[in-house]
Order: sequence, then C-alpha cells, then structure tokens
Amino acid sequence: MATKSEISTQPAPSSAPVTVSKEEVLRYSRHLIMPEVGMEGQLKLKQAKVLCIGTGGLGAPLGLYLAAAGVGRIGLVDFDTVDFTNLQRQILFSTSDVGRPKIEAASDRLRDLNPEIQIDRFETHLSSENALDILKDYDIVVDGTDNFPTRYLVNDACVLLGKPNVYGSIFRFEGQVTIFGYPDGPCYRCLYPEPPPPGLVPSCAEGGVLGVLPGIVGAIQAAETLKLIVGKGQSLVGRLLLFDALAMRFRELKLRKNPDCPVCGQHPTVTKLIDYVEFCGIRGEEAPAPQLSIPEITPRELKTRLDRGDDLFILDVREPHEYQICNLGGHLIPLGDLSKRVSELDSSREIVAHCRSGKRSAEAVDFLRRAGFRKVLNLKGGILAWSDDVDPSVPKY
Amino acid sequence: MAVKVIIPTPLRAYADKQESVQLQASNVGEAMQALTARFKELKKHLYSDDGRLRSFVNVYVNDEDIRYMQKDQTPLREGDTVSIVPSIAGGLQQ
Repeated sequence: MATKSEISTQPAPSSAPVTVSKEEVLRYSRHLIMPEVGMEGQLKLKQAKVLCIGTGGLGAPLGLYLAAAGVGRIGLVDFDTVDFTNLQRQILFSTSDVGRPKIEAASDRLRDLNPEIQIDRFETHLSSENALDILKDYDIVVDGTDNFPTRYLVNDACVLLGKPNVYGSIFRFEGQVTIFGYPDGPCYRCLYPEPPPPGLVPSCAEGGVLGVLPGIVGAIQAAETLKLIVGKGQSLVGRLLLFDALAMRFRELKLRKNPDCPVCGQHPTVTKLIDYVEFCGIRGEEAPAPQLSIPEITPRELKTRLDRGDDLFILDVREPHEYQICNLGGHLIPLGDLSKRVSELDSSREIVAHCRSGKRSAEAVDFLRRAGFRKVLNLKGGILAWSDDVDPSVPKY
Repeated sequence: MAVKVIIPTPLRAYADKQESVQLQASNVGEAMQALTARFKELKKHLYSDDGRLRSFVNVYVNDEDIRYMQKDQTPLREGDTVSIVPSIAGGLQQ
C-alpha cells in the first residue's frame, strides 16, 4: 500500500544550522555511508523528538536503538521500579538495578550509550490529565506499555494531536505491530472500537511472554520510527504485521480507516480524553470476581486447621506448569477443566480451592457452589499469600 | 469449500489448544458457525449475547477485514484462510 511516510518534523527552533560534530560523524558512520540515511537522514534523526511510553519489554530495545541511532531528543515515561521478574525481558536493566526507579535506570543506560542526545524524564503514570501536555512536544509517539487503558489513551491523544503512534502489542509468543494516527490512515479504534471486558481478558494462567518477543516487536517499532524520521521506505501505516515466534512466521493484514470510527471518523463522538480505566472496566490487576459472597479462608487459618488435623481437601485450580513451580500438595484440576472433572471431587468433604493469587480459585468456588457443593472455601491471596504469611520457602512467581 | 481457520493464541485455550482447523464452509458465517459448534467455549469469546461479533475481535479472509467486504456473508473459496484477530495486550494492567 502506498502511504506517504514522511513526517512533519518540526523545524529546529533556532536559526543556527544543525550540524554533526567530528565525534558524531565517527559514531554514526555506518548510517552516514548508506544512502538511505546519509548526512541528510542523520540530521533529521538529530532533530527528531520521540516519546517512548514505558521503558519495559518493548521500551527497552526501542530506547536503546533510538538512542544509538542518534535520535536527538527522547522522552521516557514510566513510574515503575525495576523488579526481578522484569529482567527476563527488559534488557535496559541489570540485576544491580533492581529496586531503582525504571526511569532513572533507563536514562542512565541510554545516556551512557549516547551522551550526545537529550533525554527527557517523565516519572509519572500517563493519564487523561497529563497526556496531551506530555505528548505535544514530540514528533512521534511510541507506545511500549501494552495494557488496554494506556493503549486507548495513547491512541486518542495521538489522533487529537495529529501525531503518529507506533504501536506494538505482545501476548505470550505473538506480536502485532503497525502505525496508527496518520491523518489518512487508521487508528487503533478503527481496528478495535472497544476493549475486551475484563472477564474475557486472559487470566494470569494464560499470560506470560517469551522474553525475546518484546525484543523483536520493540525492535520493529524502532525500525518503523527511524524510517518515519528519515522518510524512507514503506511504513506499516495501513498494514498490521502479525508475528508468531513459535511458528517463526510473519503475516500481514490490511488495515482501513473506519469512516464510523468514534475518534478519527467522519462524525467523531470522542473529542477529548476520557476515563480509560473506566472505559476498559479494569478494577485493578487482580479484580475480585463480581460475585460477592465467596467464602474465604486466610493462609494462616488454613495452616492452623491443617496443623490440628482437620479433614480438608486442597484443590489447586492452576495449570500443570504452574504446579511444577510450586504447590501445596493439592489435587490439581485446572479451572478450565473443572466442569468436566467435577466428579473427581467429594462434596461431603470440606474443600479449599487455591490458585496463584485467589482470582481463578474464586471462580472455581463460585462454580462449585452453583454445582451444589456446600463446603468450599477460597484461599485468600492464593499461593502468593501462603508464601508471604505461612511458608516463605514457597517460591513466588 | 475447504478453508483454514487460524485461531489466535489467547483463544486457543478454548479450542483444544489448536493453532488452526480445517473446515467446510461457503461463507464466513458458516465457517464461524462450524467453528463454534466444534468448540462451544469459543462462542462467548467471539460473540456477544445478542449474536454480534465482539468489538475487540476482527475476522479476516486472507488479508482483508470482513467488515469492509460482505461481513458474515463474505464468500469463501477453496483454500482461503480465515484469521481471527483479537486485540492483545501482554502487559500488566496498571
């Protein structure tokens, strides 16, 4: 699809011509000697202003390659601190960074990689209140956060401001990449007018991500960003690139601008930023099941009752690969199999169901109660809380 | 017509963990009906209670979005690939 890929890079504010120093010529020599970039492209990179939202799995390769390529001004938005579970894929960070604010560790790393560039730090949650203000100074926005509320917030803000939005999304071993927000191109809402309701979002049982996947997807986002800046090649505007790391296969689908799109269509209904957490119906990462009265037992109460020899049947509703990480010796029936394996359970015994954090087991308890089981309890906080409150030798994941 | 339906990762849990299935169908509606008849759990993830395709799921025939073709009535030819493409977000909900 022939889509123009030149972006309207804002002209340099000063009248002084932008040049590169002798040190920069050496640093960027592998760009300068190829005609697709050359001195002209390198100067465009030097004058470009790119905002990276998130410095995690997608933001890491993105930030590293943009900084290395000499993008003159890079904005970073993140509020989080580095933890051990990040290190499997977030290659901006090292073990010694655990506990540091991500924005600090990320900007130190990028500054070390390329001291010639300017790095702007926004240690904050991107929100409807601050998004337009943060985004407005940049030429291109790259969304590396990958959660639904931010996805829609960034999309709408980019459409309202007329900024290209280099999009990447990942799930386990599959990725999607494209560019939204071009005046003549589609936006995220053209593709998906609404997010999935929380109940249909895959639970932590189906979550997880192959560490290298955000590396590949983030690097593709970086490539698209650099191409937009230098104005070369065919951009992904109007094309959705799908990547499957297991099959090691790329596919491409056509994207069209939807004339009925609520934000970029002919009669938009979204003309300012809204409350995206409410829009996405997300009440926190481990939202409680909507059913109210799920009977619970705390890890400490369970320990006390087991110690005094009460007859309790422990039902583990996680997946087999999670059971291998750690378990309480319970009977394993994954939540998805519960309806067809319910005959394995004895309704005359008292059952304590557990999962990782208590969400899936709440669903299991609800299901079993509806199926006529009277004595079923949910282990509050799951095996994570068991590790915190009873047995710290149980690993948390 | 024999067609291939590609099931995306997040929905494979409801489709016997299969990546794709071969079906007989002459249009997209028939293919989706055959698919959800084979995997009943898939239905609520693809369709709302009033029977409309959910707004976070798109269906493609080869590389074209059926919303811009004939939707459910989009005809299928022998060897076509039908892709179900839901929105995905791998990050934590913050």
